[in-house]
Amino acid sequence: MQSDASSNEPIIEINDVTKIYGSDVRAVDNVSLTVNRGEFFALLGPSGCGKTTLLRMLAGFETPTEGKVIIDGNDMADVQANKRPVNMVFQSYAVFPHMTVAQNVGYGLKIDGVAKKEISARVEEALELVKLGGLGARMPDELSGGQRQRVALARALIKRPSVLLLDEPLSALDAKLREAMQLELVRLQKTVGITFVIVTHDQAEALSMADRVAVMESGIVRQVASPAELYEHPASRFVGDFIGQINLFNGNASPAGDGKVNVSAAPLSDQVLDGTTTGPVCVAVRPEKVSVSRDKPTDSNLLSTQGSVADIAYYGGYSNLYVDVGAADPVLAEITNAERGIGPGYAQGETVWVSWRPEDTLLFAE
Amino acid sequence: MSTLTDLFSRQGKTKIGPLEYHRRLWLRITVALTLIFLYMPILTLVAFSFNDSKRNIVWRGFTFKYYEKAMNNSELIEAFVNSLTIAFVSTIVSVILGALTAYVLWRFRFPFRAAYEGAMALPVVIPEICMGVALMVFFLRTGFNTGGWVWPFNLSAITIAHIAFSFPFAAIVIRARLESFNTELSESAKDLGATEFQVFKDIIVPHMKPGLIAGALLAFTLSLDDFVITFFTSGPNTLTFPVKIYSMVRFSVTPEVNAASTILIVITVLITALALRLQNRNNMLQAG
Repeated sequence: MQSDASSNEPIIEINDVTKIYGSDVRAVDNVSLTVNRGEFFALLGPSGCGKTTLLRMLAGFETPTEGKVIIDGNDMADVQANKRPVNMVFQSYAVFPHMTVAQNVGYGLKIDGVAKKEISARVEEALELVKLGGLGARMPDELSGGQRQRVALARALIKRPSVLLLDEPLSALDAKLREAMQLELVRLQKTVGITFVIVTHDQAEALSMADRVAVMESGIVRQVASPAELYEHPASRFVGDFIGQINLFNGNASPAGDGKVNVSAAPLSDQVLDGTTTGPVCVAVRPEKVSVSRDKPTDSNLLSTQGSVADIAYYGGYSNLYVDVGAADPVLAEITNAERGIGPGYAQGETVWVSWRPEDTLLFAE
Repeated sequence: MSTLTDLFSRQGKTKIGPLEYHRRLWLRITVALTLIFLYMPILTLVAFSFNDSKRNIVWRGFTFKYYEKAMNNSELIEAFVNSLTIAFVSTIVSVILGALTAYVLWRFRFPFRAAYEGAMALPVVIPEICMGVALMVFFLRTGFNTGGWVWPFNLSAITIAHIAFSFPFAAIVIRARLESFNTELSESAKDLGATEFQVFKDIIVPHMKPGLIAGALLAFTLSLDDFVITFFTSGPNTLTFPVKIYSMVRFSVTPEVNAASTILIVITVLITALALRLQNRNNMLQAG
């Protein structure tokens, strides 16, 4: 879901930010990032990778041990959370239980001393925006989880912040609602034109919603790229493994000149691939790029190996074939069930060939 | 409540289920005995307040006479007004002090916090007699003799003593309530522009409310029926209701004492019921 709405004008600059807890826990380790105005930006990583800490430093609930956070051109070092031009949607939604929906949404304006008349007009407008029109008089515990989240969204958007921060906003919703909300968040972001920074551990969520994604691991940003770039050209084995599914083979590469390397990674056939990485390497391929056949592929350019079908998982539209090729992990091949009633067309224990094109092969330095 | 009524309903024909303890005989007996031991003395006291007998040992007929007598006993009425005044003031101060103490202990980390928390809770476990003596000596030594002051300031010493032993109870109750607070709520308010004080006023106090009500109830009843500490800190002109009843009992237990005690019980029950109702309505409002 790429958009042209985002400009190249930075709205958030994170410069060499480090956060150390206690004496030596580096929750965020020397991170530098730029988020552009109007962008939908995702911080993605496994739990404990420091993404939430980074978000809380943007909101002003944590202070960086080192480094600078600049929002909208201003250094945030001495700016308290209540004075920052950002608003946040919390993981628990944090809807005030003793206030009506309208009071919740209007709270920020009331604090700012906005006239009552203007508040009620803007509350109504904000509720319409998140499709909660007419529910202003309800109490939060009369709402469903999804509705409470919309209240939290409206409450954060009503102050027209420069940046909206979202901390795992969809994690408490059930699968179907989550998917609908993903689309709706994107629609909302395009409507209001506010920069969104979302924290998530769910890669599908990050890939489907964000313009750009920063993948974090143990406090370090591993790669910042568009979703397609992340999936097709992961910068490291970690990113490739974390985003989507991947088949990995350990091997060795030696220079072959002319920007190519000789790669041998048993049990795969030896190949000359594009790349400059030499020494111990990791050969990788995405499951949907893997072809399965009964006969040995005739094209000698393909990377291929023989094995037996260990498991078949049927998912309706596609099937996953796990082919045991004698390596540590079986090769995963995703096969589209294009013809009705046939399924993947292979049986467990059957001997098959797996193969893929060299241009679909990824090479990581180990 | 339904379990309590179930407890005394006729045993059905169906077999008793593994978890249906309320249908088992031994549990019914236990509950019945508990209720008898708890409430028989009080019921007896109430019943004998209507007894038409001066000695009040055997039942001699029904009368309201002793209620009339108690109402016309100006010393008793004065003691009663004193008690209510002390309870009212000490409740308000205890709840405010208790709320602030609880908030400080919950919100901030500071050196000797644990020690402070322990010291604060000490009056809860210290024997009342010790506190009574300590407070008496304290008021004597410091020359804080309020007995001669004009009403209601002559009650200052007792009121201070009551605050000293009841605010820790309020603090503990409110502190427990704060434990269930979701800190994302206060962060969210701060994120929307609220200052630390606005967060306290708009978000934390409403959350504390059930704790404030419970703390106030506790402080009020503790103060209203306190005898030991009051006995040590009261002068001849500053009798409270329990101390006055004690002095009446020393001569003889007349139905007048029963009548006065019954009035106290009725007031306590009414206030408790009212507070529970308020709290319930609050919860209902929140629940819709």
